[in-house]
Amino acid sequence: MRTFRRGLILSAGVTALALTVAGCAPADDTAEPAAPSEAAIESDGELTLYAGRDEALIAPLIEQFTEDSGIEVNARYGSSSELNALLLEEGENSPAQVFLSQDAGALGSLANADLVSRIPADLADLIPAGFTSEDDSWIGVTGRARVIAYDSEKLSEDEVPDGVEELTDSEWSGRVGFPPGNASFQSFVTALRVLEGEEDAEEWVEGISKNSPVLTEKNGATLDLVNSGQLDLALVNHYYWYEDAAEVGADAMRAQLKFLPGDAGGMVNVTGAAILAGAEGDPDALAFVEYLVSEKAQQFFVENTYEYPLLPGVDAPEGLPELDSLVNPELDLSDLESLEQTQELLAQYGLL
Amino acid sequence: MSQRVDERGADLAVEPITVEPVPAPAGKRPPRILLILALLACAIASIPLVYLIVRVGSSGLDDAVTVLGRPRVPQLLLNTVSLAAAVTVTSVLVGVPTAFVLARTRIRFRAAWTVLAALPLAVPSYLAAYGWLAAVPGMQGFWASWFVLTLVSTPYVTLPVMAALRAGTTGLDDVARTLGRGAWQAFWLGTWPQIRPATLAGALLVCLYVLSEFGAVALFRFPVLTTAIQQAYGSSFNRNYAAILATVLVLIAMIIVIAEQTARGRARRRFGAVTGIARHRIVDLGPWTVPAFALVAVVPALAVGLPVAVLFARLFEAETLRALDPVELGQAILNTLVLSIGGAVIAVILALPIGALAARYRGRLVRLIESLGYLALGLPGIVVGLSLVFFSLSVLPSLYQTGFVLAFAYGVLFMPKAIGAIRSATAQVPTSLEDVSRTLGYSALQTWWLVTARLARPGIFAGALLVAVTAMKELPATLLLRPTGTDTLAIELWSRTDVSAYGAAAPYAAALILVAAVPAFLLSGAGRGRTDGTSA
Repeated sequence: MRTFRRGLILSAGVTALALTVAGCAPADDTAEPAAPSEAAIESDGELTLYAGRDEALIAPLIEQFTEDSGIEVNARYGSSSELNALLLEEGENSPAQVFLSQDAGALGSLANADLVSRIPADLADLIPAGFTSEDDSWIGVTGRARVIAYDSEKLSEDEVPDGVEELTDSEWSGRVGFPPGNASFQSFVTALRVLEGEEDAEEWVEGISKNSPVLTEKNGATLDLVNSGQLDLALVNHYYWYEDAAEVGADAMRAQLKFLPGDAGGMVNVTGAAILAGAEGDPDALAFVEYLVSEKAQQFFVENTYEYPLLPGVDAPEGLPELDSLVNPELDLSDLESLEQTQELLAQYGLL
Repeated sequence: MSQRVDERGADLAVEPITVEPVPAPAGKRPPRILLILALLACAIASIPLVYLIVRVGSSGLDDAVTVLGRPRVPQLLLNTVSLAAAVTVTSVLVGVPTAFVLARTRIRFRAAWTVLAALPLAVPSYLAAYGWLAAVPGMQGFWASWFVLTLVSTPYVTLPVMAALRAGTTGLDDVARTLGRGAWQAFWLGTWPQIRPATLAGALLVCLYVLSEFGAVALFRFPVLTTAIQQAYGSSFNRNYAAILATVLVLIAMIIVIAEQTARGRARRRFGAVTGIARHRIVDLGPWTVPAFALVAVVPALAVGLPVAVLFARLFEAETLRALDPVELGQAILNTLVLSIGGAVIAVILALPIGALAARYRGRLVRLIESLGYLALGLPGIVVGLSLVFFSLSVLPSLYQTGFVLAFAYGVLFMPKAIGAIRSATAQVPTSLEDVSRTLGYSALQTWWLVTARLARPGIFAGALLVAVTAMKELPATLLLRPTGTDTLAIELWSRTDVSAYGAAAPYAAALILVAAVPAFLLSGAGRGRTDGTSA
């Protein structure tokens, strides 16, 4: 017993020591990884990028950037959510200078934590309102439409509803799938709340939750369900279909897409980029962000990821409806308070 | 020598008995240096816990109550616990008979079957799940998760039980038979107590693994705590919510670890140590030959054969093949090897004092240290990864995003897998030998190095292998902690499957399984004919 107590004191001591070290260390070390803030008003020809997008899709663009600008890029790839969690954990000590994110919410959470620096106004103004941040804390890069993917062997395009409202009808019971934890699905629910009002939105969420929906983890996996004939309708992002089609060939796709012009269910989410606080004024970081919204890079996205370009004047990929025809309620997509309300709504009906 | 005896029929296979001996009586105090080293290892293993406490503490009690009050939480909890229980039970039900067939029967091609039994260890759960999903598109939910997780985790039971059976005796069964018991009852009374600690240790690893598993359950759309934690990071950007759910997971893990300790302790008290010379009978299968073949074939075929076949089918089906870059592949293999071996070394260094302490001493402090050592295994990799980001930036910022921190993370994450192996191996070294060494004037440390560590070496090595094979497949912590620009096989595989480029993923999947098959092969002990210390 005495051994036990002594041991307990010892272990408490060790833990306390570890915590003390943990507690006091950051103060001495902020200068080390985040040094560029003062020194790097001049270009050092190097850039550390956290890229929350697939390496195979983005790496060629980065190579092109390096070729054009002479700036070397150290790219760290990961999913946007993991990199976002990483950036929040690293805080001011992050080695990252630019974060390229799949979705606006992640960028909003960094802005909330004061971890980003402002995008210069002349750059930020290139992207139309509603597709970028309201306070220039990040900049929109590409757009992705929400669509209904349907099983073309069971349904014709006409039979697929023109909007999400009908999906709560008993006709579609057990036939609709979506990833409720996914950021772009949640943005759509936010859009629904803004466009239709809180009451109607709640009615829809309640209705869909009682209509035996098929709940999934990710957009891609949801589309796979439709493509293999296990699910009739899926609420997903449009470009997943094009990625799958690139892998197996467009003719082999059993799933087909229906765009929903004018409906909240067809709203547009954006991907974006932020310059981190430690890289404020860094010309390399700025050059990269500038490049992302240049005509060349926007054209690259159109051709390789089938996303909507956000720079006016660059045409959308062939076969897609005009960006203007889709709903853009001038949402602040990175408004986390609104996102939290959406999540509470989904949680209330057991979807989260 | 024993291998030859074994192959000839082996009625005379003679070895010292290796039921875990009774540790020193409760009153005996561990040497101070051992205790300090064990506490240090324990403090390192507790980094993720400290991190969770900090996170939950900063969110406040109100948040915790709100989060736990969500309508979906009880469902997540129920799903998590029932899946862990179901997989553990079936792994034992399949693993123990498989081990018996491989260790105690005259089955043909035994060496090959033994390697195959260990091979599922080389298959990441997300890969097995993907393979099954592609083959049987309707698979989803509880049963699918249960099925695939049982397949990939059965070796955690098979391997230690096989080692215990190889080292054990059928002498007690014979006594029971002469006293008029039937064959099954004799097994239950004579052999089961000898393999029970190994079974429990294996079951513990399976159970904790299922608690922390994310890949397969996500693919099968079975909502559990880990998927909710991932979602919390992914969409609400609410780290505190994730931390609260992770704390719930830690509490479940703690209950399981304590339950295993209690069960192990009870077994020990009831049966005590058997000393003397062990011999065990090798059984002729007779009419059981075909069922035995089926049993030893089914898990490897379903866990390894099918997913690999499906991936290669996709490779040939794929319309556009991304060119395979051999340099990239070679670099990924090299990185995977270096990092996982580094992780294994760190895990063994951390596990040695804890294992040695648990093998020889009792008492509440020892139990506390051992159970804290196990907890990281019940946590999802993303939580452990973030805790080490926090830790290394605070304590060792110059090492942040270096391979060292990643290997260190593997060490912390998978140290529990080495603790069991080291504990059993150390327990099997007769204390009398250590006493002799001490009377010859060697210090405690010298004795440990010259006698204990040398005799326990196979077990220590087995622990290292188990860590290495798991670290090779690790994904979430690797994504967070790797040096920028460094890719492992698991990361290359992930980056391809994440965009549905399954065809392009196939070579990486094959490379990962091949590389991980090496430690799996060594673990099976097939190369040596019989293993002596691998009872994890």
